Amino acid sequence: MFAEKFKRQLPLHIMLLPAVILVIVYNYGPMFGLVMAFQNFNPAEGFLKSEWVGLGNFSYLMKVGDIHQVLWNTVYISVMKIAAETLAAIVLALLLNELRHRAYKRVVQTVIYFPHFLSWIILGGIFRELLAYDGIVNNVLGHVGVSPVIFLGDNKVFPFVLVATHVWQQAGFGIIVYLAAISGINPQLYEAAVMDGAGRLAQIRHITLPGIKSIIILMATLSLGSILDAGFGQVYALYGPAVYKSGDVIDTWVYRMGLLDAQYSIATAVDMFKSVVSFVLVSISYFMAYKFSDYHIF
Amino acid sequence: MVEEKSTGRKIFIWLNVLFLSAFALLCIVPLVHVLALSFSSSAAAGSGRVRLLPVEFTLKAYEFAMDNVHFWNSFRVSIERVLIGLPVELGLTLITAYPLSRQNKDFKQRTIYVWFLFISILFSGGTISTYMVVKSTGLIDTIAALIVPGAVNVFNIILMINFFRNLPRELEEAAFIDGAGHFRILFGIIAPVSMPSIATIAVFILVKHWNSWFDGMIYMNNVSNFPLQSYLQSLVIQRDTNLLMTREEAELLALISERTTKSAQVFIAILPIFAVYPFLQRYFVSGMVIGSVKE
Repeated sequence: MFAEKFKRQLPLHIMLLPAVILVIVYNYGPMFGLVMAFQNFNPAEGFLKSEWVGLGNFSYLMKVGDIHQVLWNTVYISVMKIAAETLAAIVLALLLNELRHRAYKRVVQTVIYFPHFLSWIILGGIFRELLAYDGIVNNVLGHVGVSPVIFLGDNKVFPFVLVATHVWQQAGFGIIVYLAAISGINPQLYEAAVMDGAGRLAQIRHITLPGIKSIIILMATLSLGSILDAGFGQVYALYGPAVYKSGDVIDTWVYRMGLLDAQYSIATAVDMFKSVVSFVLVSISYFMAYKFSDYHIF
Repeated sequence: MVEEKSTGRKIFIWLNVLFLSAFALLCIVPLVHVLALSFSSSAAAGSGRVRLLPVEFTLKAYEFAMDNVHFWNSFRVSIERVLIGLPVELGLTLITAYPLSRQNKDFKQRTIYVWFLFISILFSGGTISTYMVVKSTGLIDTIAALIVPGAVNVFNIILMINFFRNLPRELEEAAFIDGAGHFRILFGIIAPVSMPSIATIAVFILVKHWNSWFDGMIYMNNVSNFPLQSYLQSLVIQRDTNLLMTREEAELLALISERTTKSAQVFIAILPIFAVYPFLQRYFVSGMVIGSVKE
């Protein structure tokens, strides 16, 4: 009995073997590399012989103060992005849902989903061109009497450029889940509301919004876990030394510190801090999503 | 449902159409501008006279791109990356998702494997240590560096598990009674009826491979190993173009404005996405809906 069962299940283990090996090497392996955060890591001496400094790297980071600004930028930029994107997607979904002309609706959807599929390198190339000092946006602004804005080099403007370009890329695509949720609402509810003399706005307020409330909460909860990912690709593609103060986020800072300046230990200490906080946030968000929306990841 | 249209309602409908059209335009105007730049003369582009139509039409920028060894080299690397990466990652997704889509009672250790994968997405070792692992496994400057480290995509696997679980169970039970093994059931029965789901995952993988640039940038020391997006990154963002050019190319570039050549190369990189877009849209959308609003 046991042997037969084993024989039956063996192929399942064999199927999982390649993935297990790859995950051990490339996902779990790097986790051991985090010991660098507690060392003064020297590649020539390796993990075993490098000097151990305990929490030295962390206290150094706290003292230098650079990281406080970077942390603040990260949270500030990603919270603004999440809020703006969610709001824009909901408004767009509600408006799109009011369209009665199906072909027109499909054309709009086809167009507004497109930017989602372009990499931030491509988009960086496009926006650097558009938002340049002598680019088309400033050119057009000039015609209406606005003096040129240094979009990508002004610390006051740059975070908003990040939010705006993020919404530009993602809002259209973000409506998909909301449209799906709206189409799942029972049409009889609307008919009953019309009988009761409810206008369009009243229908949206009392039927559509409550109908998609749970998916809005679910999406917001799940995005909580990525609050320390302020979008490496986007920031990298758009920023420059002039806006490090307002635009530098954890991932870009770690990239410059670790891979360009070879400050392995300091960069890894920050990486580790990010991993631990993200781990807690993601766990909380999955737990909440599971608790309130019965969301199962597996 | 017949609805009476009040004046207010009519105004709303028109404003709505207007607003959505404006938003849609906003999404494509930047692309049109870049396209127009790429076909304009460098003088016109440099003086900011180009809006949405080419000014002083010329193909110079494209000729420059066509003659650019690095551009074509990176284009070839990207194609290679997609052609190898897609089957590898798709195959891995299939054979990993199948056992995990079994019932717990048929596969006792399922839960252990599920947690094993789940933890790998909850916690990460960060960029620096991942780089070191990739380096110590000897992948630097090989195409495998772009394929192997990210080949197990847990989110795609989860999506595939959900697809498989929605199939009628009778399908495989019949085959099981006939004495078919798990590999036969997966590739002979389940895979053929899951083609739309497989296409969805394939599209996800395709877009990922075409758009990835960071791995190429850090795992490749030699510029001739850069995939297209990593090359564009060095051209558009780092601006260390001098490193990438031969002397003749540098002289030629001086004649053509940087603006038009960059635009041309950016646009060529968009073209493949554009070509598969109808297909993309169809499958990506269905995948998004299943992935987030699943029952």
